[in-house]
Amino acid sequence: MLYALLCYHYEDVVTSWTKEEDDACMARLDVVHEKIARQGKLGPAARLMPTTAATTLRKDSDPPLVIDGPFAETKEQLLGFYVVDCASLDEALEIARDLGRANPGGSYEIRPVSLFKPGALPT
Amino acid sequence: MTTDLAWIDKALIAARPQAVAALLRYFRDLELAEEAFQEACLKALAAWPRNGPPRDPAAWLIFVGRNAALDAKRRDRRLAALPDEDAISDLDDVEGDLVERLDQAGYRDDILRLLFVCCHPDLPSTQQIALALRVVSGLAVRQIARAFLVSESAMEQRITRAKARVAKAGTPFETPSAIERAERLTAVSAMIYLVFNEGYSAGEATNEARTALCDEAIRLARLLMKLFPAEPELMGLSALMLLQHSRAAARFDAEGGVVLLEEQDRALWDRRMIAEGLALIEKAMRRRAPGPYQIQSAIAALHAQAASGSDTDWRGIDQLYATLERMQPSPVVTLNRAVAAAKLAGPEAGLALIEPLADKLSGYFYYFGVRGVFLKQANRFAEARVAFDRAIALANSPAEAAHIRMHLDQLTSEAAPQ
Repeated sequence: MLYALLCYHYEDVVTSWTKEEDDACMARLDVVHEKIARQGKLGPAARLMPTTAATTLRKDSDPPLVIDGPFAETKEQLLGFYVVDCASLDEALEIARDLGRANPGGSYEIRPVSLFKPGALPT
Repeated sequence: MTTDLAWIDKALIAARPQAVAALLRYFRDLELAEEAFQEACLKALAAWPRNGPPRDPAAWLIFVGRNAALDAKRRDRRLAALPDEDAISDLDDVEGDLVERLDQAGYRDDILRLLFVCCHPDLPSTQQIALALRVVSGLAVRQIARAFLVSESAMEQRITRAKARVAKAGTPFETPSAIERAERLTAVSAMIYLVFNEGYSAGEATNEARTALCDEAIRLARLLMKLFPAEPELMGLSALMLLQHSRAAARFDAEGGVVLLEEQDRALWDRRMIAEGLALIEKAMRRRAPGPYQIQSAIAALHAQAASGSDTDWRGIDQLYATLERMQPSPVVTLNRAVAAAKLAGPEAGLALIEPLADKLSGYFYYFGVRGVFLKQANRFAEARVAFDRAIALANSPAEAAHIRMHLDQLTSEAAPQ
């Protein structure tokens, strides 16, 4: 079963990290990334730019409305995602816990994937 | 549940602008607002490791800070204390209600007001910067003093004086009109760019306290962009700072000497900052409302996208500077355009453009530096030497002076008989 791990975090906190703190966090995460990649469970993953770089297309009007900023004003912001291949929700949660130890604070939403197209983008 | 202390520290820093801004509106007194926030932080350091962080740190801090300050007042009057923060920290709905009320009251105007207070026209720019760093960013006086290379007590005095001046001037608490809001945004944007330039100005390669100001300015701009997501000039300002700051690691050599943009090792440029800057420019341009920050960021973008110095789109840069000149005429802008013009049409073209600026820029280091380079390229070595000598006298830092001295040394070897 594929699960999406949606990474929510306090963006104000993450964007106030110094470069050294950011690098250190990414290095800790990379250890976990390698571990789950070795187990053959890691699918596509992405880190997103800050929500200030976001643009939203609202389709509920005709023509759709282009709005500057993220879709929703939330306390924690969607800052990235993983797709992981796990035998069970427990296993997906275990990966999320691992990632959480490397990058404390915020939340991971674990959402089963119903349709998956891996695409063919070069990294 | 335990919460990492380093994480709490970051959360407190991140929540500070919103919390102090709301407390300022509540107490109408900057000093009191800061004290209340400080009090709330102390309580957070005690409560959060035990209870875990609240869902909305800023709301928690506002709530607790306000209660702590009121509590102190009530204690004075021998009245009953309010429930302590342990009792309220789990009540999500209490905080939720509070945040909703804050939203309705327009907390974006709160934050804008807090920033606007710092850029009062009576304050000289160094005081504006110091005040913003202390009050909005929450940097320690010691840190700010290090960035300005002054003693802690001198900085303390400077900030105290600035606060007194602000208090005397009075803070506008009524909700601003659309025009006032736009004016405040312009003033605050300029102040944020001052903070950035204080950190960016050449010659302090090794001073980390100073480069931290660049990060801080970018953080403040992001904060404003979140509050005013559809302002293209804010996007432009953020992009400009990101693109300039992306070059930080390449701007100085190992000895602290200045490395000019064209000679920088572009592999050292921060690609992530560049990508974010370019994305913001793309967003801003969709609004079709160009402004000086957007134009300057577009110039920075052309540099960022060039594979090498010689690969740079100087024609595009020349055109953008010409647009900027029309929008915001200034001898410094013309001086910059002259650099692009000289790339396109030779040093004499550059010299022709800067000749009329001689009076206005007679005390400006870069004017004589650029003039010297043009003259040198035009093989007018004697005149170049005069310009470089003048530049050295006006240098703002040892690194700048060293850079000019390198030009002078080259002149000596080039002018020497073969």
